[in-house]
Amino acid sequence: MLDPVILSAQPEQNTKSMGESAPERAKPLGRAIVVTSGKGGVGKTTTTANLGTALAQRGASVALVDADVGLRNLDIVLGLESRVKHHLLDVLEDRATLDEALVADKHSEKLFLLAAAQSREKDEVDTEKMKALILALRERFDYVLIDCPAGIELGFKNAVAGAEEAIVVCTPEVSAVRDVDRVVGLLGNRFRPQLVINRLRPLLVKKGKMLSVDDVNAILRLPLLGVIADEPEIIVTTNKGEPLALRKDAPTGAAYHAIAARVAGEDVPAPMPVTKESFFDKLGALFGGKKA
Amino acid sequence: MSSRKIVITSGKGGVGKTTTTANLGAALAKRGKHVILIDADIGLRNLDLVLGLEKRIVFDLVEVAEGRCQLRQALIKDKRFESLSILPAAQTREKDAINEEQFASIVERAAEAADYVLIDCPAGIETGFRNAVAGASEAIVVTTPEVSAIRDADRVVGKLNDRGKPIRLIVNRLRQEMVRSGDMLSVEDVCEILAVELVGIVPDDEEVIDTTNRGEPIVLDENSRLRPIYDKIVRRLEGEIVPFTNFDQPGFFGRLIDALKAG
Amino acid sequence: MIDFLKRLFGQPGSSATAKERLRLVLMTDHLELAPEMIESMKRDLVDVISRYVEVDRDRIEVNFEQQDRALAMLANIPILSVNRPPSNGTKDRAEPAPAEPAAVVVVAAAPNVASPGAQAATESIVVRRRRRKRKNQAIAAGPKPAPAH
Repeated sequence: MLDPVILSAQPEQNTKSMGESAPERAKPLGRAIVVTSGKGGVGKTTTTANLGTALAQRGASVALVDADVGLRNLDIVLGLESRVKHHLLDVLEDRATLDEALVADKHSEKLFLLAAAQSREKDEVDTEKMKALILALRERFDYVLIDCPAGIELGFKNAVAGAEEAIVVCTPEVSAVRDVDRVVGLLGNRFRPQLVINRLRPLLVKKGKMLSVDDVNAILRLPLLGVIADEPEIIVTTNKGEPLALRKDAPTGAAYHAIAARVAGEDVPAPMPVTKESFFDKLGALFGGKKA
Repeated sequence: MSSRKIVITSGKGGVGKTTTTANLGAALAKRGKHVILIDADIGLRNLDLVLGLEKRIVFDLVEVAEGRCQLRQALIKDKRFESLSILPAAQTREKDAINEEQFASIVERAAEAADYVLIDCPAGIETGFRNAVAGASEAIVVTTPEVSAIRDADRVVGKLNDRGKPIRLIVNRLRQEMVRSGDMLSVEDVCEILAVELVGIVPDDEEVIDTTNRGEPIVLDENSRLRPIYDKIVRRLEGEIVPFTNFDQPGFFGRLIDALKAG
Repeated sequence: MIDFLKRLFGQPGSSATAKERLRLVLMTDHLELAPEMIESMKRDLVDVISRYVEVDRDRIEVNFEQQDRALAMLANIPILSVNRPPSNGTKDRAEPAPAEPAAVVVVAAAPNVASPGAQAATESIVVRRRRRKRKNQAIAAGPKPAPAH
């Protein structure tokens, strides 16, 4: 079976000192980031898939973990559903090794997926084993992104257990914002979550019918990674199993790449969608139909 | 008078359970039915917010379950309607603060005072889902015509079948132009995959965001094109045969349909 | 047609409403999540007020109410006696307790609230207190048939 590609080699460091018994590690542990939201349907899975793709396209090795046991979807979004032979619970219960379970992505060389089990339940996941699994993945990959299920129940807790960092995804809608606020509270002091605002509709914002980025920021007060606009293209790419981040030159693809760069620590501005105005909107603006 | 206890569920989050619960409840109330809506999403309550009743919450579901108040004290009467009340969820508790028996008992008590009890189910298939379903005698599954949502709905249908609850389907957020261009599954495709009786097709409407911002169910807006749609769903629930508005255009969907049909 | 006209001539957007509602809802959520904070606030409040009046610490009620545009804190603090105002350095002497204890009601509205809102909050105190009192009585009394809503 495929071995995940080892990331850029670092010189073997001689860390042995008097009496040290810890095993040598040739490279630092990868980053484990949980992508969560509280509210379902705001774009956690899409964000996980696209961020993972963008990071991998930039040369990092990335493992994506679908923690939504029983309701798996990360595989479909990546177009890998027919290639999944083993899943998370197979690994946790020692029926398969990580190598056997990790599925290589079709499009990005250093991207791998660990799919969720479909016909099992979330309460069958042992939290300690989950933490150990994430650690094992961190030893092999630069990034481990954990796609969290909706809600704040056991599935959420297990997804969060192995993570060191958190990204919260929110749409500019009252229920979603409220749920993110709750989740941030539940994540507690261990995390300093960063925000992705998804599905913004600039025209609706302009008409005053949708919360703006500033509105959401004022309420949640989280560091902003970036903003993704709502567009039908996203559904199409989900259908085809081709994440938008593969199209680096298209606006949304570029936005995911900017987010990936920011996650990697680069000083790149947070991506913001640009309004595309229709004729009617321009006409409306002419007659003063603007938000105050 | 035997009242109906219907859980509104989906598996996938964000497909419109709460919006559907609010609007079906409102449409039923406008037809003169006595309706009680119950928010079963403990810890992530939103039914109150969607209906604009968040400021009137005094007691919640868990307090009723723990016997700290009567059901009647916790119910919030929506003043825009003759007979619509909601029982809000608790916000600061966990879903295991209540068990299936307790929830079912509350639904029973609500059913004594209403023609329809609609239960807004949380996303997922964990404890919250199990509790919400425990109280119901029938289910409406809400899905959007998207692969992930249908897959999740399929899982939920399986679980509901295991419990022997009659199921009906609402296909929500349909975008005709995308069905026509072959970028979205058609209603026909969805029904074929899920094999559940269809009770409603609701087109995507960006006005829903606006009305939710205000805390107004969209069926209150006379000009909304969704109002007659919800009315039709209500009539079908009441047993009338009502033809579906033809949004459908054939769409080819290749490998995904096959994958989903294979289970 | 109406849609067209609406877009042409503009309509007040709902996003401002949404933002306000969210702000208030989240404040309430946060308060519910931090009962220890409320207890500390109660103690501090009582300590400060006790410098001026003697209060019945056992019967203090602090509640939060959502009003139209503000979150209001309503504190009902029964007063047992009022210290005599100091004159020329003489020591305070407590006045005898009145026949019935009076109450101090403090209303603290959220910041950025227009004064009419705060005024409305003050005026609606009686209604709020009544509702909250019913709730607390109900909790204390335990379940029993409730009067008609």
